Amino acid sequence: IFFFYSIHLLHTADNAGQFFSSGHTNNWAVLVCTSRFWFNYRHVANTLSVYRSVKRLGIPDSHIVLMLADDMACNHRNPKPATVFSHKNMELNVYGDDVEVDYRGYEVTVENFLRVLTGRLPPSTPRSKRLLSDDRSNILIYLTGHGGNGFLKFQDSEEISNVELADAFEQMWQKRRYNELLFIIDTCQGASMYERFYSPNLMALASSQVGEDSLSHQPDLAIGVHLMDRYTFYLLEFLEDIHPASKTNMNDLFKVCPKSQCVSTPGHRTDLFLRDPGSVLITDFFGSVRKVEITMETINLTDPIKQVEQRKYSYVDQLPVSEIIHQKPKQKDWHPPDGFILGLWTLILLVFFKLYGMKHLKHIF
Amino acid sequence: MAAHRCSNCAALLILCSLSVFIVVDSQETTLNGGHHATTVHNPQTTTGTAEQTAEPAVEERRWEATAVEEATPDDDDDAAASDKQDTSAPETVDPSSVPQPKDDFQEELVIRPLHSGDIYASFQFRTVWETDFMRGNKVSHYRLFPKSLGQVISKFSVRELHISFTQGYWRTMQWGQPFQPSPPGAELWVWFQDSVTDVDGTWKELTNVLSGIFCASLNFIDSTNTVQPSASFKPLGIGNETDHRFLRYATLPREIVCTENLTPWKKLLPCGSKAGLAVLLKSEKLFHSSFHSQAVHIRPVCQDWQCKTTSWELRQTLNVVFDLHNSAQGKREWSLFKMFSRTLTEACPLASSSKIYIDITDNPQGEQFEVSPATPLLSQAVVLGDRRTFSVYDLTQQITFGTVRSLNLLIRWKSSEGDMLRPLLHAERYVAGYGLQTGEIHTLMYNNHPYRSFPVLLLDSVPWYLRLYIHTLTVTSKGKDNKPSYIHYQPSKDRLRPHLLEMLVQLPPNSVTEVTVQFERALLKWTEYTPDPNHGFYVGSSVISSLVPSIVAMDTNSTRERPLFSSFFPCKEESSYFVRVYTEPLLVNLPTPDFSMPYNVICLTCTVVAVGYGSLYNLLTRSFQIEEPSPGLAKRIANIIRKMRGVPPL
Repeated sequence: IFFFYSIHLLHTADNAGQFFSSGHTNNWAVLVCTSRFWFNYRHVANTLSVYRSVKRLGIPDSHIVLMLADDMACNHRNPKPATVFSHKNMELNVYGDDVEVDYRGYEVTVENFLRVLTGRLPPSTPRSKRLLSDDRSNILIYLTGHGGNGFLKFQDSEEISNVELADAFEQMWQKRRYNELLFIIDTCQGASMYERFYSPNLMALASSQVGEDSLSHQPDLAIGVHLMDRYTFYLLEFLEDIHPASKTNMNDLFKVCPKSQCVSTPGHRTDLFLRDPGSVLITDFFGSVRKVEITMETINLTDPIKQVEQRKYSYVDQLPVSEIIHQKPKQKDWHPPDGFILGLWTLILLVFFKLYGMKHLKHIF
Repeated sequence: MAAHRCSNCAALLILCSLSVFIVVDSQETTLNGGHHATTVHNPQTTTGTAEQTAEPAVEERRWEATAVEEATPDDDDDAAASDKQDTSAPETVDPSSVPQPKDDFQEELVIRPLHSGDIYASFQFRTVWETDFMRGNKVSHYRLFPKSLGQVISKFSVRELHISFTQGYWRTMQWGQPFQPSPPGAELWVWFQDSVTDVDGTWKELTNVLSGIFCASLNFIDSTNTVQPSASFKPLGIGNETDHRFLRYATLPREIVCTENLTPWKKLLPCGSKAGLAVLLKSEKLFHSSFHSQAVHIRPVCQDWQCKTTSWELRQTLNVVFDLHNSAQGKREWSLFKMFSRTLTEACPLASSSKIYIDITDNPQGEQFEVSPATPLLSQAVVLGDRRTFSVYDLTQQITFGTVRSLNLLIRWKSSEGDMLRPLLHAERYVAGYGLQTGEIHTLMYNNHPYRSFPVLLLDSVPWYLRLYIHTLTVTSKGKDNKPSYIHYQPSKDRLRPHLLEMLVQLPPNSVTEVTVQFERALLKWTEYTPDPNHGFYVGSSVISSLVPSIVAMDTNSTRERPLFSSFFPCKEESSYFVRVYTEPLLVNLPTPDFSMPYNVICLTCTVVAVGYGSLYNLLTRSFQIEEPSPGLAKRIANIIRKMRGVPPL
């Protein structure tokens, strides 16, 4: 019996070992929308649809850093508040009922984005705003907005260049902040953003090549703006068919939105990636691996011992008029006593007239 | 072999779980008496209302896990309060063996039809917990009180915390007074314990942590928009000393409220949004309203009438005003389904009381509107200086839900007569002047009482880029100068500190008091402008705190069992009640530079240089040569042949 028991233990240990020897142990996602103003509704819808897919496939909110540069759902121009739609038939509300935005409004800046990636945040930053990845994390980074050849515009006031982005990824690699990283960008001339990458284990997808514009899908006449970009629209359609146990691999992702649907030519880059893209599952980046440890121990919870104090408490008066009127003045900044400045000026005048003679004095007095 | 052992274990597991299921099933069927009792009551606060049960009824739920263990009746009340919605299995347990429960949760919803046809709904969720976060006691076992807030209180030595997120502006003249006032945007004010040495540093860390909890940009609160009021915002909880060094107040008028703020707020509730009144909180309907405000208030309160011990109280309030034309399509007929797109099916199992109050004071004989389903329970409460009558629906009683097992209140109007009681205190604020250099802020305070005057405390916090000239400050009532009995002014420091102006003004009866002050607009550095500077810059609302004379005697006994909405502000005297009114925030345009200027200048300069200098250079250095026109193709071939032959070309 002991022999069987030891074999059983070995078997489970083997399983556990296999469980941990697959490439990654946790998943993170950083989803950024960089555009402000109502007519850029589609960029927020893009980001929210990727957020929705990623949450549906298992990545929890604590592992998603969502950055939206403007608020479209509760914007006063939105005829249907608290909703962001992906298609004009208004079936799918990608905003949902359970969204947690970590960086919003003016907080979405190039500096904050790079700080999130590299982990160099001020010490009082809360956990939901940090990317706490380690060397076994697979990270999905999705950027959308207005871009150009070699840069991406943040909120119409600053830009991030492809060199900065490549350097940020190199910093992440050197600090061992990722195991594998998938970078998706949906902007005009998006392929220029991944040209300069040089760190290992990076795979990148873009919605258009250099010199091409990424186009939006279709406008909605009630809302009055374009609802989504073409590449992300077809990407969302593709991801809606994925479920947490699906075995679809990256080669299918590269085929999303061919030129006939997208008008621009999507591109991808896999030369820095060590594994073959055909063996990489979609759920490696869009889904999540979660470690669950079942324990049979019992834990005793004890109540803290309360000290009974015999003091009488009472509520405070909300507007004690007499107390306010007779309030002692607060400690002000130190000013020199009142006569001091007058005396100083008198001294200066006296010295002046002493030096230059008394006859000028009579002109003053 | 290993597989055989695994199958053995699996068979054993299945047997065990089956046996547990059978045991629990039989227990449920025997004890199901149609009486869905609530969780344990605190016997100390018995003051004999009809809803409380005589003996403590305990809710018990066993974990159906693989580890089968005996759940003894002793360690029951703090164990396993799961948020499953199965019916509770009440058991009568001997009171002497049960340890006194220390936390209590109540929820209520007040619906008040407004005279303009809109409807005002106010949710309140209150958790009271008798514990001590201070004095080094490390609290680790949380039940109804949310852990994230408990850790915030203990880590930052917070004595009181009030945070609110509001979308829209409360129109006092049309809607009356709200139960919990709040300014547009985000507002945060905190009293720290007197053990805190560096209040500013703690305040900064606290705002960062709260921005993570509530998914809001509260980290933009820094010294440029924080003030330390010297007389307003006295603590709403118990306390002996009020040294205003430990108070900090800040507003972010620009802050947007949307589902991402509602989601973490709902997660703080013990039942989440799965049971009880929180089921109604659906964002698509809540944000399609004229006014939406959600707030969290934490303060220490008296445990009982003797007030020898304190407990921590967490109140989560949500006020929403639904518009007649947006949500009801113009018909004066409101129902829970129309307002929230949901109906109620049960109370939160963890709540000791779960009630809905409908204000029927204007409808004594039912001639104005009709409420269905009818309820026999009526309650009267003195709130906001007026005695109001309410129909009460108790969700802990199964008969409230009727035979369809769901409650959808319907309020149908029959006639639309009657005037609203004019609110006694009301305020407005606007910017006067023209141009982008100077301006004037006017604040008007209305006292609508016919013969009584009362003092108000006005708190104004103006950002540093509007440079106030305090020598132009005038306070006039009825055309005459009205000298404030207390003025506290703290001037601003550029990029460091805002202006703070606090005045105690006596408002004469039936009058308008106008406070004016002139200002000058500053030019910001070009990096300090927001990405959309042409929108304008916000100035936070003024706060007017006052003790308004009340029509009926207020209830000063603070521990009698009262509905939650009437016990928010503590009441010390019977003849007046405390009210806080917020004015509108201001939107001012600062002189904004043209940010496209460098780009335009470069384009223009390069064009001028290219065209002008280029032409000049060409003119000066171009030389002209005479060139033969190129011959036709045949001639060219002939020339090539001639060149090969060595003969001169044609």
